Amino acid sequence: MRARAEAAAITAGAIAVALAIFALFLFANGLDPLAVYAVLWLGGFGTPFSLQASLTQAAPLMLTALCTAIPARAGLLVIGGEGALAAGGVFAVLAGVAAPALPSALGTVVVCAAGAAAGAAWIAMAGALKHLRGVNETISTLLLNYIALALLNHLVSGPMRDYAVSLKPTSWSIPQAYMVGTLPGIGVHWGLALGAIACVIAFALLKYTVFGFAVGVVGGNPRAAQLVGLPIGRLTLLSCALGGGAAGLAGAVEIVAVHGAASNSLTVGFGYGGILVAFLARQNPLAIVFFALLVGGISASGGLMQRRFDMPDAATQVLQGIIFFCVLASNALYGRIRLFREPGVAA
Amino acid sequence: MSPGELGWWGVAIAILGGAIRVSTPYLFVSLAETLTEKSGRVNLGLEGTLLMGAMSGYGVSYLSGSPWLGVAAAAGAGAAFGLLHAAVCNLPRVNDVAVGIALFIFGTGLAFFLGKPFVQPQAPRLPTFELGGFSSVPAIRAALDVSPLFFAGIAAALIMRWAFVNTRWGLIVRAVGDNAEAARAAGYPVNLTRTLATATGGLLAGIAGAFLSLSYPGTWAEGLSSGQGLMAVTLVIFARWRALNCIWVSLLFGGASALGPALQTVGVAGYYYLLGAAPYVLTLALLIASSSRRHRLVGAPGELSINR
Amino acid sequence: MTRSTRNSRRQFLGTAGNVIAAAGLASALPLLARAQAKPMTVGFLYTGVRQDYGWNQAHVVAARQIAKLDGVKLIEQENVPETAEAEKVMESMIRLDGARVLFPTSFGYWPFIMKTAPKYPEVLFVHAGGLWKDGDPKNTIGYRGYMEEPHYLCGITAGHMSKTGKIGFIGAKPVYFIFNNCNGFILGARSINPKITCQVVITGDWNNPVKEAETVNSLVDQGVDVIVGNCDSPKVVIETAERRGVYSCGYHTDLSALAPKGFLTGAEWNWGKGADFVRAWQTQGPYPNLLRGGFKRDMVKLSPFGAAVPERVRTEVLQARQAMADDRLALYHGPLKDNEGNTILKAGETIGNEDNQFKLGVKFLVEGAIGKTGLAR
Repeated sequence: MRARAEAAAITAGAIAVALAIFALFLFANGLDPLAVYAVLWLGGFGTPFSLQASLTQAAPLMLTALCTAIPARAGLLVIGGEGALAAGGVFAVLAGVAAPALPSALGTVVVCAAGAAAGAAWIAMAGALKHLRGVNETISTLLLNYIALALLNHLVSGPMRDYAVSLKPTSWSIPQAYMVGTLPGIGVHWGLALGAIACVIAFALLKYTVFGFAVGVVGGNPRAAQLVGLPIGRLTLLSCALGGGAAGLAGAVEIVAVHGAASNSLTVGFGYGGILVAFLARQNPLAIVFFALLVGGISASGGLMQRRFDMPDAATQVLQGIIFFCVLASNALYGRIRLFREPGVAA
Repeated sequence: MSPGELGWWGVAIAILGGAIRVSTPYLFVSLAETLTEKSGRVNLGLEGTLLMGAMSGYGVSYLSGSPWLGVAAAAGAGAAFGLLHAAVCNLPRVNDVAVGIALFIFGTGLAFFLGKPFVQPQAPRLPTFELGGFSSVPAIRAALDVSPLFFAGIAAALIMRWAFVNTRWGLIVRAVGDNAEAARAAGYPVNLTRTLATATGGLLAGIAGAFLSLSYPGTWAEGLSSGQGLMAVTLVIFARWRALNCIWVSLLFGGASALGPALQTVGVAGYYYLLGAAPYVLTLALLIASSSRRHRLVGAPGELSINR
Repeated sequence: MTRSTRNSRRQFLGTAGNVIAAAGLASALPLLARAQAKPMTVGFLYTGVRQDYGWNQAHVVAARQIAKLDGVKLIEQENVPETAEAEKVMESMIRLDGARVLFPTSFGYWPFIMKTAPKYPEVLFVHAGGLWKDGDPKNTIGYRGYMEEPHYLCGITAGHMSKTGKIGFIGAKPVYFIFNNCNGFILGARSINPKITCQVVITGDWNNPVKEAETVNSLVDQGVDVIVGNCDSPKVVIETAERRGVYSCGYHTDLSALAPKGFLTGAEWNWGKGADFVRAWQTQGPYPNLLRGGFKRDMVKLSPFGAAVPERVRTEVLQARQAMADDRLALYHGPLKDNEGNTILKAGETIGNEDNQFKLGVKFLVEGAIGKTGLAR
């Protein structure tokens, strides 16, 4: 309990410091920080519609953040969400095209499952390389991002292309019946619900199951894991597959809820945004839901800041970068604040 | 030979020229990463540093009229970013890879934020050395129209190689990167060494950016970098943490980027995306072939977090 | 064989399918009347940076013209990705800024316009792309110029100016309108010098300065001496060509300032036509739902000639422009073969300049092109 309060307090403090630094940055650029923050609130959270826009941005980030957060439990630093998302999108389309006559709900499930499976396989490759050959997973997933992007572009420009879409290279579309609408009453597509559910499941899986415990041992103390005979390879592979599956599902959601077809609109940085969210959440799946909304809200408010103050759109990215720095730096504070120390533990 | 009849020779010349033209930023970022990693830290944020260097170089060149002042500004901005990375990493329990990603996001954002006014103007560019005067073939003359920064990069590689082997500083950097505990016991300042190495690395990455904006292609646009900075960590593996190898690896990556367009000019078309991804596949294959479960990569510094 | 039967249908569609006028405005009227008192907010969404010397800047030029209209207030947003975010940005402009006309200027925004427009009948959505078809919402407009026409004029200029008989075309993506522009460029050049060849390179990215510069260098190494670049921002193409001492033609907007020596002329959009739609929405006047056209409908422009272009060439080019405006000069006319030797048009066959069906199906490169579309035909 104290540990959780400590994390919440330190992270909140770090964000406050980040907002103060960004305020100085705005001031140096001749802007009124209070006015900008008022618009940030208005555009990101202040009206039901703004919240809708923020949640729309947050939905894919929840899933791509899991791609970093789940393997992180096994001590891996995976940055391949972008590539897994692309792989998921491509295979979601392939599944939808290959099985066009299913009942619509079943079709949606099949398409999503195909996307998740492709994403899982994509990141599992990195897990396998790590376990079998000792290839560093950060580097391999970075390379896999570039390879996935090239494959996606190649496929939608030729082999999988729908020539009836005239203005930009786009793949075949999945059947219209498989597409899903928005969540009733919220106005945000179903990806939001899927993302939140996935985060809750991931949290439960890591916290309350034997698998979660074993992965934690592998990540926390690999020597001990080896000594007690845990199947390190299988756990590594599985955690990568689960993370990749989440990002692949994000790609499938982009297909069934937004685009209906694959194109370069899949690779617009959700994967990289997910890394940010995962680290802000300190790799905790439940916290991911909150931080995805925070990051989504900052992005969503960027447009209004542009329109109201003629600020460059990159302002939101600067703010996200500063927050990231402050949260990382705040790691140094853990265990240093007396209030949060367990009674009886010496400093 | 008339210029129109070069055909496949034209492809060869284009790849040579492309290797020289495109390789320079790869050379600088790979040297930057080599130095940083030799000291025991990874800087995954060189993409942000590079873009910041490109923007500030272009902006200063435009405002002052002097491209060399632009290069200096880019180097300064890069060094500042290196210091920022190092300062956060010096804190306890902070993951250097994560700090790199933060730097990537922050640097890109800041470069785009401050760079808006410079998207449109044309800034003075760096001069070039025209080394192809001996030839009457325009293609060869163009291929040998070389930026001074290319030679600066090669000089930097030679100096770095010499310094690692022969100087006290080089020795300290390597000692700190191979075993921090031992280095600390021997009385070397671990954090200070890493800070200086990362800052110098940032400086080099800033110059890589200045090359993109002030030499080739010589413009400031938000799409200017296609991941040259992000590639640094993989280039270093390719080069096995050796400064001189950075030269060959960069030329290889530069030549590979020239291959796609050059092949299309002689009528080979259709696989440009896959050709573009070839260097990444090659790096991955090399990584798989040279890695092992039992020991770390040959040449890798012992303290490197991404190598354990 | 099917070609001829399609041809006759094509003629019909060509004339009927070009401009589709709005039938019903009624649903939007009451709300509009209320909006009359205060200035009407017009929102522009861009996919990239405004001052990019390219696609986005061409729209900014139009936005500035529209901002000058009486009773109009302009709002703009850059770097809007073609994802669900585009939908939310449009809604945000409507709901938080009160926008009544939106110009989502990138192709990929179209599906999101289709989702958003039915929800906001009081808002007019003007898309830069001629995708509107019967059954689409009445409060949406697609408009787009035939850029192959000014490319044809660039080609005429290139045909006169090229000394090596080799010209080059750089395309970003393998899509029909880029091949159309390429064909226009080649047909124009070969109308002057039938022996001329054109090397066609697709970079694969809308925006990749290093690759674009590399492509220019490879082309020049192969002896090409006039280059046109169809990418989002041709700035680097023009600058690199200038540095290599070859001629270049512009695309999207006026790029003459970038290459004082080698710039010949360029193909420009005239998105400023959008002002008519804003005016119509303001005054409840009629507007078309689909507007496609070339010089005849004032939808495209030619950049100012560069210093290198002699007077007689200028005269010839301007005459050709007039001929297209007067419907006397058709870009695609027989006999015409593609670059693999297949007959496209027999002698005497002519495709009207406003024949959308034909142009949407351009998956070939005309004779004289060195390169492949990479598309299944």
